[in-house]
Amino acid sequence: MEIIGKTNIDFIAWRRLAYAASGVLVLVGLLATVQVWRGHANLGVDFTGGTTVQLRFERPPDLGAVRRTLVAAGLEPELQTLERGERLLVRLRKAEEAGAGTGKRVEDALRAGLPQGRFAVEGTNEVGPAIGRELLVAAQKAILVSLIGIILYIWWRFEFTFGVAATIATFHDVLAVLGVVWVLGHEITFLTVTALLTLAGYSLTDTVVVYDRIRENLRGRRRGNLGEVINASINEMLARTAMTSLTVLLAVLSLFILGGAVLRDFALALLLGVIVGTYSSWFVASPIVYEWRTRVQGRARGKR
Amino acid sequence: MKRGLRGRIILLAITTFVAVYCLLPTFGVQIPWAQKITLGLDLQGGMHLVLEVDLEKFLESFTDRQLADARGILEREGVTLVSATRTGVDRARLVLTKSADREKATKALRELSSLEVTGGSGEEILLGVAAGQAAELRRNAVKQAVEKIRNRVDQFGVAEPHITTEGDRRLIVQLPGIREPQRAINLIGQTALLEFKLADDEANLEEAVRDKGKIPEADQLLYDRKEDVRGNVTRTPLLVKRQPIVTGNALVNASARPRSDVPGWQVDFQFDQEGARVFGEATTKNVGRRLAIILDDTVVSAPVIQEPITRGQGRITGDFTDKQAADLALVLRAGALPAPVNIVANLTVGASLGEDSIRQGIRASILGALLVVVLMGVYYRWSGVLADAALIVNLVMTLGALILLRATLTLPGIAGLVLSIGMAVDTNVLVFERIREELRLGKTVRAAIEAGYQKAFVAIIDAHVTTLITAAALYYFGSGPIKGFAVTLSLGIVINLFTAITGTRVVFDWRTSRRTLTHLSI
Repeated sequence: MEIIGKTNIDFIAWRRLAYAASGVLVLVGLLATVQVWRGHANLGVDFTGGTTVQLRFERPPDLGAVRRTLVAAGLEPELQTLERGERLLVRLRKAEEAGAGTGKRVEDALRAGLPQGRFAVEGTNEVGPAIGRELLVAAQKAILVSLIGIILYIWWRFEFTFGVAATIATFHDVLAVLGVVWVLGHEITFLTVTALLTLAGYSLTDTVVVYDRIRENLRGRRRGNLGEVINASINEMLARTAMTSLTVLLAVLSLFILGGAVLRDFALALLLGVIVGTYSSWFVASPIVYEWRTRVQGRARGKR
Repeated sequence: MKRGLRGRIILLAITTFVAVYCLLPTFGVQIPWAQKITLGLDLQGGMHLVLEVDLEKFLESFTDRQLADARGILEREGVTLVSATRTGVDRARLVLTKSADREKATKALRELSSLEVTGGSGEEILLGVAAGQAAELRRNAVKQAVEKIRNRVDQFGVAEPHITTEGDRRLIVQLPGIREPQRAINLIGQTALLEFKLADDEANLEEAVRDKGKIPEADQLLYDRKEDVRGNVTRTPLLVKRQPIVTGNALVNASARPRSDVPGWQVDFQFDQEGARVFGEATTKNVGRRLAIILDDTVVSAPVIQEPITRGQGRITGDFTDKQAADLALVLRAGALPAPVNIVANLTVGASLGEDSIRQGIRASILGALLVVVLMGVYYRWSGVLADAALIVNLVMTLGALILLRATLTLPGIAGLVLSIGMAVDTNVLVFERIREELRLGKTVRAAIEAGYQKAFVAIIDAHVTTLITAAALYYFGSGPIKGFAVTLSLGIVINLFTAITGTRVVFDWRTSRRTLTHLSI
């Protein structure tokens, strides 16, 4: 069976529009990066230090009452309901709410303040500020090492132009997804970082497949100018790229639907990553090569 | 038959068999040489604590004890002191009454095990713990803390606890399947230093409470903390001698029992021989004075010594519930920590939450596999079914490898597994698309297969390498659950290379080796 038959889409022609869209995405991503750096983004408790307590009520609780009770106990809670409203996540971020025993404080306060609301504590995560800082540094190192690793691999694998374009595409994908996650206001945890790095590694696959074909075709199998060769190459690889992305998309989608609260944000980031990665291998990575080559060649011709 | 085909079929059969064999116990079949899959605390429920040993406090109290020894030595030698104070974490300063005693004192102080004279002149002698020795002391303190905590956990009764050190002062305590997390925290986090000190009822208590400077040098000010039923806390101050008569280190046994006089519980204890002797002497000399029983610098009780206690037995009474008394007896038996520990992180997952996560993970895996299997079957027909079979083998082998490597399956690990389902078939997609292309160019089936595998190989390696780079970084820098993700994802795609090259390829080669195919279902 073939869903995508022989196509002849002019990807290069669409590049200006793609640049505009990607520019916006990257810009938002950069803004998100700055905000994360400054500590203004919704960083997870595992990075900032703090406490999360997951409670399961017999009946969906009255959030107002829960909040009042916890505030009266001197806490500053963020509340988030999960799955049908029976599960409640209490998040505390202040430094003095990061120590051991904060989970117990939440439990005791609610037991005393909500005698009619029966609940069980399902999980507690208390992270001291020092541990949080260390994990943040570890995450930064993981980002640095994987990006350097990937870039080194790209540069070893490709000639200069392709290497630069693939690097730009990789950063584009990571920044775009980070930007969307940030705009949606989702918590950025180590799991989010994991998703971002995984998609950095994965989204490259599509790009590499298309590049390999461009180089193969440039070696003389095809006639025509650079734009035609690049377009032909992407079109030849269209079914392949769509299919490899689709399989991963289906796997990640099932994680998103059935994987539960903890994995949902993770799956969402990957889902976005697969989509953006596929888009960028068609509309960003290859047009950049075109742009670069035509400009440099044009200049060379001009000198002559 | 094609060269090496038989070998590859046998290799594939053996590895599949080993993987299935390893997986059997996980699905409830008891067989030798294979374990169940190890689940992370996030899936099986349990507690993950990170503790930090307060090494400064440890060195301070160590120096205090050495300083007390120094006083004893000098007293015996007839050297009198103006003052003896600790000036830093592991530094102390002695001031002699007469500078003429200096040489004699310096000589006598060589007896000290760990403090040495570092300077001073005239009446002043400066003491300090040697640098090399301080490091050694710290290491020992951490080692001891691990030992004591292991003792406590063992006595508390936790199946398969895991206690390790991290860095120079951190302990990681993992308690799978714990039911009373709060109680476990109290048991582990408590220093449980029991001390018996004489109360100083002659000094002016009121003055000492008002002004810390008025506390006599040999004394310290402690509080007796009582909480009534309504949660009101009263703190009664008490001046006690700094130097303990005897500490919990001299205990050989402790047990909880109901009180005979009033409702409530008490802890009975028994000193060792030396402890009993010292305790007997002190109580004989001090009948009529008060003896404070102090636990972690809080006065538990301060009864008047009615008569000499020479048999080395005693009891601690306080407002204990049965559990509190049992836990106190437990920590006293297990011994005090060499220094206070702080809990810097605590991740507790209830068993029900873990079960939910497992259920959701399994469901997501099944749905993911199902969607991918159907897509491949519909899109690539017979070849797609072949890829599906390879995918199943891939999953089985990944889980088998997890068990063989004794790796831990975590919640993110399940995510890695699901992700590797999607990535694993990509290898076959790349190959199949290339085969289709070669067929369109008019090649024979056999040649198309040959070219398809060969030409797709480079792109496959690219995808694998970049994914492995990030997985390696995540494994190296990530926390426990994230490591689980890195492990399952890398195993999944490395094994994928094997199942794709040997697995599906073997079947293609086998079919083309028997007769010349004119058509391929792809």
